[in-house]
Amino acid sequence: MAKVPGLVKGLGVTFGTMMKTFKEGSNTVQYPHVKETPPLRARGVIALHEGNCTSCMLCVRSCPDWCIYIEGHKEMAPPRRAGGAARKVNKLDRFDIDYALCMYCGICVDVCPFDALFWSPEYEYSEPRIADLLHDKTKLGEWMETVPEAPELEVGADKKGKK
Amino acid sequence: MSLLGDRQQLAYIAAQAADARVNVELETEGMTLNIGPQHPATHGTLRIIARLDGEQVLWADPSCGYMHRGYEKLTEVRSYPQVTALVNRIDWLGSFANEVPFILAAEKLMGVEAPSRAQHIRTILFELSRIANVTLFLGDLGVQLGAVTPVFFAFRDREYVLNLIEGATGGRFHPNFDRIGGLKDDLPAGFIDETRNVMKKLRGFCDQIEDLLFGNEIFQSRTRGIGVIPKDVALQYGMSGANLRASGVDWDLRRDQKLPLAYDKVDFKVITHPDGDSFARCWVRLQEVRESTRIVDQLLETIPAGPIMAKVPKIIKVPEGEAWVSTENPLGEMGYYVVSQGDMGPFRVKIRSASFNNISITPWLLKGVYVPDIITILASLYFILGDIDR
Amino acid sequence: MNLATLLSADLPYWAQSLLRVLGGLVAVLLPAGTVVYLFLFKMMSFMQSRLGPMEAGPQGSMQLFAEVGKWLQKEDIYPARADKFIFKLAPLIVLASTFLLVVVVPFGPDALFTNFEAGVFYALAVSSVSVLGILIAGWASANKYSLLGGLRAAGQLIAYELPMVLAVVGVVIQAGTMNLQQIVLAQNADSMFGFSGLGNPYVITQFVGFIVFMIAVQAELTQTPFDMPIAESELVSGYMTEYSGFRFLIFFIGEFATAGVFSMIASVLFLGGWAVPFSWFGWTTIDSIDNWMNIVGPLILFTKMIVIVFFIMWVRFSFPRFREDQLQKFAWKVLIPVSLANIMVTAILKVAF
Repeated sequence: MAKVPGLVKGLGVTFGTMMKTFKEGSNTVQYPHVKETPPLRARGVIALHEGNCTSCMLCVRSCPDWCIYIEGHKEMAPPRRAGGAARKVNKLDRFDIDYALCMYCGICVDVCPFDALFWSPEYEYSEPRIADLLHDKTKLGEWMETVPEAPELEVGADKKGKK
Repeated sequence: MSLLGDRQQLAYIAAQAADARVNVELETEGMTLNIGPQHPATHGTLRIIARLDGEQVLWADPSCGYMHRGYEKLTEVRSYPQVTALVNRIDWLGSFANEVPFILAAEKLMGVEAPSRAQHIRTILFELSRIANVTLFLGDLGVQLGAVTPVFFAFRDREYVLNLIEGATGGRFHPNFDRIGGLKDDLPAGFIDETRNVMKKLRGFCDQIEDLLFGNEIFQSRTRGIGVIPKDVALQYGMSGANLRASGVDWDLRRDQKLPLAYDKVDFKVITHPDGDSFARCWVRLQEVRESTRIVDQLLETIPAGPIMAKVPKIIKVPEGEAWVSTENPLGEMGYYVVSQGDMGPFRVKIRSASFNNISITPWLLKGVYVPDIITILASLYFILGDIDR
Repeated sequence: MNLATLLSADLPYWAQSLLRVLGGLVAVLLPAGTVVYLFLFKMMSFMQSRLGPMEAGPQGSMQLFAEVGKWLQKEDIYPARADKFIFKLAPLIVLASTFLLVVVVPFGPDALFTNFEAGVFYALAVSSVSVLGILIAGWASANKYSLLGGLRAAGQLIAYELPMVLAVVGVVIQAGTMNLQQIVLAQNADSMFGFSGLGNPYVITQFVGFIVFMIAVQAELTQTPFDMPIAESELVSGYMTEYSGFRFLIFFIGEFATAGVFSMIASVLFLGGWAVPFSWFGWTTIDSIDNWMNIVGPLILFTKMIVIVFFIMWVRFSFPRFREDQLQKFAWKVLIPVSLANIMVTAILKVAF
């Protein structure tokens, strides 16, 4: 077979793609109308399970760009069992994450020893004003609904590992 | 200096002489053109000061540092997990590949070695990030040379790879998945089959780019014989990666050094090209994407079962010592010299990034070329600004 | 009613002028809009496996109006050191050359702006005016990139005007006239080797001339692979770098309107223009053509234009760009000898038969 000149081949590639798009549709999706589902592990937004947080400040200290703000105080809670001693618990006053600063590294979720922070694949929370990207603890708590179950692991994985 | 280098130098001297003569006769003077810091061809904020005579470059000087983020200094005040998150941003197109040498250096200091399953997955992700990186290069090459279509093909097919990386690590661009002693998590179910499909698609993409761009006579006339780097000059300037292999030096750290990665378990070719011109550099990268898809395919077959984390303490303190580890990153040799004094974070880290050394050849290479060739040469050298300025 | 009588003395002068101006606007802006939507928005997107604009109007068909609205709102800025008067004049010169060019294009047996005897000569002359606009835009912007772009455009003009003229000379020899209307008639009334079913479109007999002409048109329109004056990855849009808002819009319209008008001229010269082969309806001369051709003729021309623009744009979206010196070499060493040989062969055959 004689060699097809590269110029003609190039024209063929673009024409072929055009016909393919005509027939099979494009590779893009029309975003606000159609949404792609991100994978389960996608790091979209951090959700806070407030009950688990002891305001131990580990996440604040390990955050590479210091975008987590925690304030808390100690409170006496009623005893668990009747007749027990009153307990001291940490009450969370403020838990803010500034998503204008966050670089989505996931270290805070990793270091949390009490499983209070989770990743949610939700991504539609852009704001016209940058100050609105500071999510307080109620807003972070609302993200808890969107947190998916951890995905199944691939064959050969060590099942007893982390959740 | 070799024959070609001499010719380039002679052209430069002749151009200067001609310039001087014309200046006397016509009272014309050259023009200094600032290419960058904001210019579409500089992938960010590289500035090239070029002295032009008409469209011919008399001399050119790259001026970097516009994107300097001080990572070497930042690492001194960060703990090891935090540094991993930071170094993701050095070569932002192949981020996972940045983590690996740093983690390997820290592991070397601590005397731990990741389990073989973790090594395998590391290598797979390493190659995936190489594919994601070089795929975009192949598309961007078209834009630099005036073809609008290849970049969309590149974005289309890179998306599949990014989806894989996101599915496995959670981070699309900045995985931050590597931990000292292993990996953060195991692969999610279905990853292996999905990856096989994507590798097939990417081989199709390589064929498409080859038809659309590399076979094109205009493309060849723009790149062949432009920006020739002879073997010895490439070595003198400390080039690495595909730029060096395109000059005919058979040197690949994946094959040539022993690291706790799974490269010794696969069979792959190291692609070289004797010409050393822009076409050779682009061609070598195209073939390397093909080779990488083959590496990934082979590794998927042989992932061993087992844990993905070695036994390391929860709070990492690295014992005193110094370690140097470098790997063959998408852009070239990337290495970290980690000095530890036994703290939570490193005492000092020297980052050897590939692009910084690769563009140091530009003043030599750009002498006597035309303005459009500057763009061709810069595109074919393939640097990423984050990798130059760190 | 005959359009010629409509445009002649029956109407007062102002009405005639108004009609001509309106006709000119339609003849320039309608192809430009169609070309932008059909090719720049849709075909390019489909070639890159995406859909292009979809939101404004059905299938994004109103996108262009949205874009125009956006450009009109923008501030009219010029660089501090620019030569302001010339800077503002430059886009108008570019657009003016398009309007000057459309004047000689025949749209139907009577639907034409002017029946100019030296039409080909005129068209080739005014088409170069746009490069003057580009050159002064590059100079007046007070920007080194623009200057390089403008100078490249000038170099390109010199290199490509010649093959274009020489390619058309073949047609002129074969038709024996420089009047574009007569060239259309000659193509459709004639026969090829005794077979008159297709007329005699010069794209077949003058195939070499057609190819050379289309390459020259590609260069004249500064479309890839000859878009060195714009070269967004090297010169940051060249002479257009400093333009914004309305003035950029004029450059933009000028670019695509000129593509449309040049394709019309190409279809007039090589594809038989507005007419269908006369043997289909038994016409012999221009007077025997039915009057409805004045309505259908422009549509036929429009269709042929779309076909030619398709090829121009197809090449544009597929190829990388030449280097300036390679372009000069290509023009002087390949195109000009080829077109000269074409003229010679045409002349010999013309005399022989």
